[in-house]
Amino acid sequence: MRGFTAKSAPYFFIAPTLILLTLFSLLPILIALGISFTNMDLSGLADHSNIKFIGLQNYKDVLTDPIFKKAIFNTLFYVIIGVPIVIICSLSVALLINFGTSRIFKVFRVVYYLPSVTNVVAVAVVWFYLYNPTFGLLNYLLKLVHLGPVPWLTHPIVAKISLILLALWRAIGLNMIIFIAGLQGIPKSYYEAAQLDGAKHWQQLWYITIPMLRYAIFFVSITTMIGWLQFFEEPFIMTQGGPLDSTTSVALFIYRNGFQFSHFGYAAAGSFVLFFAIIIVTLVQFRFQSKDTTM
Amino acid sequence: MSAKSAHIQSERAKTSERLLQWLAGIVLTVFGIMMLLPFIWMVLSTFKPESEVLSIPPTLWPKAFTMANVNKLFVSMNFSVYLVNTLCIVAFSFLGMFMNAMAGFGFAKYNFKGGKALFYVVLATMMIPGQVTMIPVYLILNTMNLTNTMIGIILPGLVGAFGIFLFRQFMATIPDELLEAARMEGAGEFRTFLQIVLPISKPILAVQSILTFIAGWNSFLWPLIIANDEKLYSLSVGLSLLRSQSNQNFALQMAGATLMVAPIIIIFIAFQRHIIENYSTSGMK
Repeated sequence: MRGFTAKSAPYFFIAPTLILLTLFSLLPILIALGISFTNMDLSGLADHSNIKFIGLQNYKDVLTDPIFKKAIFNTLFYVIIGVPIVIICSLSVALLINFGTSRIFKVFRVVYYLPSVTNVVAVAVVWFYLYNPTFGLLNYLLKLVHLGPVPWLTHPIVAKISLILLALWRAIGLNMIIFIAGLQGIPKSYYEAAQLDGAKHWQQLWYITIPMLRYAIFFVSITTMIGWLQFFEEPFIMTQGGPLDSTTSVALFIYRNGFQFSHFGYAAAGSFVLFFAIIIVTLVQFRFQSKDTTM
Repeated sequence: MSAKSAHIQSERAKTSERLLQWLAGIVLTVFGIMMLLPFIWMVLSTFKPESEVLSIPPTLWPKAFTMANVNKLFVSMNFSVYLVNTLCIVAFSFLGMFMNAMAGFGFAKYNFKGGKALFYVVLATMMIPGQVTMIPVYLILNTMNLTNTMIGIILPGLVGAFGIFLFRQFMATIPDELLEAARMEGAGEFRTFLQIVLPISKPILAVQSILTFIAGWNSFLWPLIIANDEKLYSLSVGLSLLRSQSNQNFALQMAGATLMVAPIIIIFIAFQRHIIENYSTSGMK
């Protein structure tokens, strides 16, 4: 655009959002970093003179806090089990839907996407009822096929898996759509050539489809991994971190320390540990990806 | 002879292809029912009386169809207040969308000092996890005396980098000549934006409106943190309170869940093509 436009116009357009983003995204990073070196709590909130600089003490404390260690273990459990399961399930659904030629497969797209748009609190409440040991539907259905009751939310390991199931159910939709978009971008001629050479279905899948989806798989794995690292609402509503903190995630730990115990400085230190973990995971993934694409 | 065997072979390939199609359909149907099961169970339980929900074995179809649970939410509980608050949040999030559109236009159609750098800063805010910002944002709002107010609930999530990004991408495709023409006619910059740019951007506005509505309707974290008072709770926060207060009253909980989920399902099914296509085009490019 040339010079005769009002010089101030672009600033006028971007100013309101930039002010809000600065106030609620950028400035908070600095404040979080600042208070993570202090003993900021409720008394500090009431009177700023009560805030004391304590150096790296919060970081030392949080890294030796047994509950935080447990939360890290649980979060790793969510990531290690959750990420592959989400990728495999949403890729399988995408492949099946993309394979179908009938119009009914368009309906499946909506059905599988539906859980992604619904409210996490509402569905967590519904699943809490499904998981109920006495009145829940799931144990009743298992009883019909003569399988014993499952302690969905009361056994430390099973409870983690139950939360993963709920999150998986919500995660399939969006990732499936991304995979379908990727699948539709693969040129048909590749498959025709493979068929002429007599390649079987699974060979086409393994040698054409999966390699061609490399970028989509990368994208989904990175966003899914970051999502699992920030896993919060499901344990918050369903188990409050129980039994015995076996479902407490790092994000729930931060929330609880910040807003239930009002240990703002301590929680901020925990949140920076999480932030670093996310950055490292992202960088490692990018490393792998750039190695992968040089072929 | 060989032509005939080739014909048989292709016939056979066709039948096996059709078989595979059916197989895919059946697998997707079985898992699809499992995907829908929580919703079906939620809606059916909403209309069951409290005693029926706790009966063993459970009934599938409500024996005695009742609206008592839905009534109870509004009459003896505060759900009408939560509903009004949620609609208020939704209304303001549309103001936020308008601001996103303005910023998207600013970044797309003006060459100005620092423009590129600022845009990267905006994109970088997408990487910041909510857990890091939630405590300082609470402290900032507290110094502004905005905790436990509606403004405090609305402000932190009002604008978002992803929305700005999508608007920018779309508006960058608007031809400059069109804007020049408007200026020649003497229209001011803001009028050009309102009367030329926004009407052209209808497709992206439609998608963003749906997503804005869904996000506003579902908002949970900020109302949870900022509101101390039930008068300011959103539906999500109210429902999570109901969940922790009425442990065994599942019919009531399901009524609350249905109230939250049903409007979204209806909106989603009505507009699903736009939403799904938006993700498939913008998500991967």
